[in-house]
Amino acid sequence: MPSTRDIRRRIKSVKNTAQITKAMQMVASSKMRKAQLAALAGRPYAKLMNTMLADVAADTKDFSHPLMENRAGKKRCVILVSSDKGLCGALNSNLTREAARYDKDNTVFVCAGKKGAQFVARNKRKLAAEFTYKDAPLFAEARAISKFVQEMFLKGEVDSVEILYTNFISTLIQKPEVQPMLPIGELRGVQAGVDGGDTGVDLQRSGLEFQFEPAAESVLGSLLPHYLNFQIYQVLLEAKASEQSSRMVAMKNATDNAKQLIKDLTLEYNKLRQANITKELLEITTAQMALG
Amino acid sequence: MATLKLEIVTPEAKVYSEDVDMVTLPGVEGEMGIFPMHVPLITQLAAGEVGVRKGGQDFFLAVGEGFVEITGDRVAILTDMAIKAENIDESKAEEARKRAESRLNEKLDEAEVASVNASLAHSLAQLKVKRRGR
Repeated sequence: MPSTRDIRRRIKSVKNTAQITKAMQMVASSKMRKAQLAALAGRPYAKLMNTMLADVAADTKDFSHPLMENRAGKKRCVILVSSDKGLCGALNSNLTREAARYDKDNTVFVCAGKKGAQFVARNKRKLAAEFTYKDAPLFAEARAISKFVQEMFLKGEVDSVEILYTNFISTLIQKPEVQPMLPIGELRGVQAGVDGGDTGVDLQRSGLEFQFEPAAESVLGSLLPHYLNFQIYQVLLEAKASEQSSRMVAMKNATDNAKQLIKDLTLEYNKLRQANITKELLEITTAQMALG
Repeated sequence: MATLKLEIVTPEAKVYSEDVDMVTLPGVEGEMGIFPMHVPLITQLAAGEVGVRKGGQDFFLAVGEGFVEITGDRVAILTDMAIKAENIDESKAEEARKRAESRLNEKLDEAEVASVNASLAHSLAQLKVKRRGR
């Protein structure tokens, strides 16, 4: 039977924990809003790029580019986009479960975020590079990752590149998903925004006959790497939004649990206190009766 | 008089979207002036300054490399940087230029040189726009 003091101490410590988780929840929810807004801000860009791609592609029917080359090899590179910090529910474990399915010998990982890199190191898989990205991902950060994998692909170190990330569907639902990146097969639009799905959108042509300066091939040639950079940027935004909302939900649950625990402990504490008072009263009256 | 709808978007935001009378932009093969009813054209953009004329007044933006799609009534600029002249911090841009220039003197690999060159072009574009007419 714990003493009243033990219970008081436990209540205090649970209260402290609740305070911390509550604060983390608040921070995560404000960051989540920002991340979602950032994902939305990329939409006009994506839309414009899609139209442009469609217009250029229509003019270059049998165009081939080193980035579009299909190779028979099995060597694969996976860009693992995880979070830097933990305490965000099952987000990273869901992600690493997917990552663990890849063939150990033929897969190299490129990690964005520390948790993914830790997984790779723990499981003794091949790590090609580790990148970081901020709470508000910058385009430059995406470009660095994209450039690195493009070079690996062009040098023939890997034959295909996939992105494994957590897709943001809603505040309550985030799903780990795999998106093929290289080689670029059919040109698909970038699916922008937070409404999920990596299915791509239909390319809408503006229906005009365009002139190109320089030639269409060269425009497309420089548009493609850019398209890849943007694809990664969008993935980073999605992953960030997922991380923050997952953390917010996890911290909300933790706070709720702590509150419930405090309630239970307070009840137990009061019961014990009452019992002690009754016991003391009983002792006093008995003593009085014995004397009287 | 016909107008052009000028749209400038970066991955981070839609920077500019208004009806204007004329646009000049730095294409990779030279400066271009775009009036309404221009023939449909897609081209690459070099880092530099975009000039906008609207209601008899000129103003300027600094842009990074990107792509432009021109239709008769619309100019859409897709770039990785776009800053209006009044928002450019001259001292910061100058600092960035110096930093980039000094980094070019170090030993760098190809990729680094490219990225330093890009940031150098960005800061030069900003400075050019800011110091215009002095």
